[in-house]
Amino acid sequence: MTASPVSTTGPATSSMVPVRRRSRETLIAAVAFILFALLPPMASALNDTFFVFFAIRVMVFAIAAVSLSLILGFGALVSFGHAAYLGLGAYSVGILAEHGYWDVTVSLPVTLLVCGLFAAITGAISLKTRGVYFIMITLAFGQMAYYTATSLSAYGGDDGLTIWGRTEIFASSVLSDRTTFYYVVLGMLILSYVIARVIVASRFGRVLQGAKQSEMRLRAVGIDPYWYRLVAYVIAGMMAGVAGALLANAAEFVSPAYMSWHRSGELIVMVVLGGLGSLAGSIVGAASFLVLEEVLAHFTEHWRLIFGPLLVLVVLFGKGGLTAMLGGGRKNG
Amino acid sequence: MSATLLAVQTLNGLQLGILLFLIAAGLTLVFGVMDFINLAHGVQYMLGAYLAVTGYSLTGTFWGALLFGMLGALVVGLVLELLVFRHLYDRDHLDQVLATFGIILFLNEAVRTIWGSTPLTLPMPDLLSGSFELMDGLLYPVYRIALIVAGLVVAAVLYLLVTRTRAGMLVRAGATNAPMVAALGVDIRRLFMLVFGFGTMLAGFAGILAAPILVVEPGMGDNLLILAFVVIVIGGIGSIRGAFIAALIVGLVDTLGRGFATDIAKLVMSPSAANGVGPAIASMLIYLLMAAVLFFRPTGLFPARGG
Repeated sequence: MTASPVSTTGPATSSMVPVRRRSRETLIAAVAFILFALLPPMASALNDTFFVFFAIRVMVFAIAAVSLSLILGFGALVSFGHAAYLGLGAYSVGILAEHGYWDVTVSLPVTLLVCGLFAAITGAISLKTRGVYFIMITLAFGQMAYYTATSLSAYGGDDGLTIWGRTEIFASSVLSDRTTFYYVVLGMLILSYVIARVIVASRFGRVLQGAKQSEMRLRAVGIDPYWYRLVAYVIAGMMAGVAGALLANAAEFVSPAYMSWHRSGELIVMVVLGGLGSLAGSIVGAASFLVLEEVLAHFTEHWRLIFGPLLVLVVLFGKGGLTAMLGGGRKNG
Repeated sequence: MSATLLAVQTLNGLQLGILLFLIAAGLTLVFGVMDFINLAHGVQYMLGAYLAVTGYSLTGTFWGALLFGMLGALVVGLVLELLVFRHLYDRDHLDQVLATFGIILFLNEAVRTIWGSTPLTLPMPDLLSGSFELMDGLLYPVYRIALIVAGLVVAAVLYLLVTRTRAGMLVRAGATNAPMVAALGVDIRRLFMLVFGFGTMLAGFAGILAAPILVVEPGMGDNLLILAFVVIVIGGIGSIRGAFIAALIVGLVDTLGRGFATDIAKLVMSPSAANGVGPAIASMLIYLLMAAVLFFRPTGLFPARGG
């Protein structure tokens, strides 16, 4: 690969995202959004609803992956408890619906508040640590959310909770129309992506990436990265919470399985598959992971026998993720 | 009678603590010496149990099963080390997490493919199958007592190995400052193989001990692995003593919490509310404990790594 000679010369320059990289990033995202937008008419032409359901799933996980990408790819925070926010968002919608609150004007603020609070508290503790400690602690907090959900016997416990309908928007049930819901999810994906892009490009985002390279240098210029990381962690948690709320609406069902630690692992795989430090890549990564899962599961129910070793091989021999393979430079995590 | 209940729950808590210690012991040393995060360690616990079930059907005795399970877990652990782990030591933690996650996916599924998803059981040895009277009217299975004793013996042996032998000294030194130990001419990779093999065997041993009293099923090691992480975080990475004490604390807090949280909640709220809140609080307890320890001592109770 001959492209991007500057970005690979050393850690000091790798955050100076070259213009070409940025335009490729925009291109990938734009292509992804256009493909998603065109899918429902194509699927209805083929008279196949499976693809629409599947694409909704892909987009929801893409939102979660973009949110994780923000802290993992740009802040180097290996959070192994990110699925907890999917679950918290989903349970916010489910539990509110159980008590008769269906409107988005209630469920969205509650989702953001619950996920933001959980992220602020657990983040404040886990961000005091580094390395393997951080991984283990986020994993443990994720598991705490999981076990708490399984013990909520009033809300289905282990079995989960069926939601008899979808969130209403200003008391109208427009979301029960599948195509409308589809485009709402797509809209949220685009919004999440744009927010993440704006954050990354801002001064705040640059501090975050600076902290990833050298905490000492940041401190030397008088910036304490702790608060920046915490705010990023909270934003990522809230964004994943929105994905969870959408997931609950898509499935009309909530279950503790949404926050199992395997799910957290899969989210990391999506981000890494798409390439660290690329938000559009996370969308591609989420799509590739779910397609791969679907295809492999089509051949054998024991698809993990293939996927597990595949993952090991990707880690050992492939670096930079799919977006790097799609063309252009490679970037070390 | 709540005193007998308390006694039983305390013993059960010790049991869980012992199992956690056996898993965490190997893991914490691996972290300490190599700064390597191995998510697949819980799989060794599962493999120990499954291989013991197979060993039992081959030999017909618990002791044959024990031997088969431990050697099997050791062999699998060393093969994994050779094929995958050894290429990950110099990588960042993210790579280690991903690769070992891949191994978990593979081995959990492999176990499901080979042994099926139906839970299996391992009969306990005849010698230990009775129960004896702890106090008036309280019968407690001998096997569960034996499990605690076996765990304590292993802990004692491990303590002696780590504090009194040359290899143990190197392990401690490695946990404190691995590059320095390597610079002094110690083959840290070989030392690590030793620690790693020993650790996988201990995890397998825990799985075999647990097999007769818990069900043997795919993924059985995953949840214990995360509890073992909590133990390591509380105890301090690389410290056997910390792992032992933290394991007992976590085992006791979790078991007693589950046993009594609802009753305690009933003291301050209505019974129906307590039935809802109690279990939720019980399942959060050890994580809250972890958070509290971290808040006051970010490197755990007995940090091994100096400076």
